[in-house]
Amino acid sequence: MERQHTSQSLAPTLDDDADVAVRVRGLVTGFGDLVLHDQLDLDVARGEILGLVGGSGSGKSVLMRTIIGLNQARAGSVSIMGHDALSTDPDVRRDLRRQWGVLFQEGALFSGLTVAENIEVPMREFLKLPDAVMDGLAAARLRQVGLPDDSGPKFPSELSGGMRKRAGLARALALDPPLLFLDEPTAGLDPISAAAFDGLIKLLKETLGLTLFLITHDLDTLIAICDRVAVLGDGKVLACGTVDQLRAFDHPWVQEYFGGQRGRAASGNRA
Amino acid sequence: MGSNIIWHDEGGSAVRVALSGPLTIDDVAHYSNALAAQPPRAPGLAVDLSAVTAIDTAGAWAINGLIDRWQTAGYPAYLEGASPQIDRLITALATPPAPVLRRPDTGNPLVHRVARIGASIIALTNNTGGFLAFLGQTLVVLGATLIGRRRLRWHAVVHQGEAIGVNALGIIGMLLFLVGLVVAQQGAVQLRQFGAEVFTVNLIGRATTRELGILLTAIMVAGRSGSAFAAQIGSMKLNQEIDALRTIGLDPIAVLVVPRVIACSLMMLGLAFYGGVCALIGGGLFAWSELAMPPGAYVTRLQEVIPMSDFVIGMIKAPVFGFIIALMGCFHGLQVTGNAESVGTRTTQAVVEAIFVVIVFDAFFAFFFSSLGYN
Repeated sequence: MERQHTSQSLAPTLDDDADVAVRVRGLVTGFGDLVLHDQLDLDVARGEILGLVGGSGSGKSVLMRTIIGLNQARAGSVSIMGHDALSTDPDVRRDLRRQWGVLFQEGALFSGLTVAENIEVPMREFLKLPDAVMDGLAAARLRQVGLPDDSGPKFPSELSGGMRKRAGLARALALDPPLLFLDEPTAGLDPISAAAFDGLIKLLKETLGLTLFLITHDLDTLIAICDRVAVLGDGKVLACGTVDQLRAFDHPWVQEYFGGQRGRAASGNRA
Repeated sequence: MGSNIIWHDEGGSAVRVALSGPLTIDDVAHYSNALAAQPPRAPGLAVDLSAVTAIDTAGAWAINGLIDRWQTAGYPAYLEGASPQIDRLITALATPPAPVLRRPDTGNPLVHRVARIGASIIALTNNTGGFLAFLGQTLVVLGATLIGRRRLRWHAVVHQGEAIGVNALGIIGMLLFLVGLVVAQQGAVQLRQFGAEVFTVNLIGRATTRELGILLTAIMVAGRSGSAFAAQIGSMKLNQEIDALRTIGLDPIAVLVVPRVIACSLMMLGLAFYGGVCALIGGGLFAWSELAMPPGAYVTRLQEVIPMSDFVIGMIKAPVFGFIIALMGCFHGLQVTGNAESVGTRTTQAVVEAIFVVIVFDAFFAFFFSSLGYN
């Protein structure tokens, strides 16, 4: 409590009338006796890249899964682009699904479909497009995420980890959603691919005006592309601000995270 | 859904096309069609984007396609009035690539068909070879375990035994009980025509202890446990758990296959006996209620008509069938590669091949024991 008073600017919530893409209020989640998030508040402004960090088991993935409706919340409210994201009304849920794209950690491509077919799945589901248009768009999408033109007819099992992530991103982007959720987008990539992926995300944000919510432990990613970083701990968002603001934030885990050797090295790279 | 396209051809320095409204994916079929309506011609094309309210990748793709078509035809084409953001998006996508291929190009369909036949023959040969190699490995490890040169993982055997045997008691008991009932009922109807209803007991006793009881139990175990083996081991393979076992220095055959094979053989023995008893109870119940044969008389009659050899033959076949089922399940599980679909195919194969081989062996046993004089 005291901590929140001393650092007003690091509050996880924005003004009530702010233009937000995602608004989470009083969220409570848990499994059995375990309470994972306790009265959690968080806002993601429209057009920003918000990074979510936290120790293992702090519930980063569960938070993302709850926001997109894969996990049930015990209490609280989540609104996405003004829609009630916890609604169970099928029409509301269908509208909601048009609002976001999700990239799972391992890409989660449908293994029985080729890359091109994977990208076309959302188009088929939501729009009635002629095959030629879908094939053209899928090709543009492949190029947009930096995959070779001939990767369309390949099956996910034929791709490397980095390529699978790019293909997963291409599928997440298939409908040009205004909001994108990325779970550890650069984990498991070599530094060159990771930097290229960061550049790609930033370019997408700038050209398409996307809002991005990304879970990452890649300090380079946090520093290079995130507008704000939210730190998850003790079932709440401990603080939310720029990396520089967080570095000054007085909390042992945050201090160790950004002030440790790797944190300093990453910020050194940037200079 | 809101986008509007107007072509102007005033014969000036360029043909003009004015776009307005949102150019987004919802409407892409409409405007990409409208943009393709006019063939490229002299003097060139000016694309007026000043009234475009929103654009996404689909819009940028369509405009790039338009510009590319005109430029490839040899006429200049350029954008007008694009906001910096729109301009940036369109530039970022540059020249549109050719549409993707959805599936790998298979070339000449006839050649492809023949190639597939060839490939499936090769796969069959490889599969057979692979199975023989797997059988050999398993027998070696099994032999080493039996003579005590390798430690048997009792814990795994007991755990598998519970899943294969104990957990199947309900369903197999129910199934065989009903089969006994039905065999008795159908048999009684036929035998009544000769006034030989009393022989129904011979039918139930001999059919279930030697053939039906064992076979149906084996089919049930193949469906319940053979499939589970293939799916479990297949998922472990996909998850690189098999590789992890190998790198730690554990032999997947010893850790995964042998306990399942031993447990499945032993449990098949128990289940076949139990299933046979359930079938006899089912038949006895029918005999009691419909043929007015009291349970005491039924049991005495069973003892008279079922030769000991029938029971022994049944109990010899059961563990062999269990061995086959476990072997097929584990083999196909280890053959899983690549994707989730492969787990499904291999699970199906494990069950189908297990049942097929079990029936082939059953036929073999029937002839074998008949030639030995056990009719």
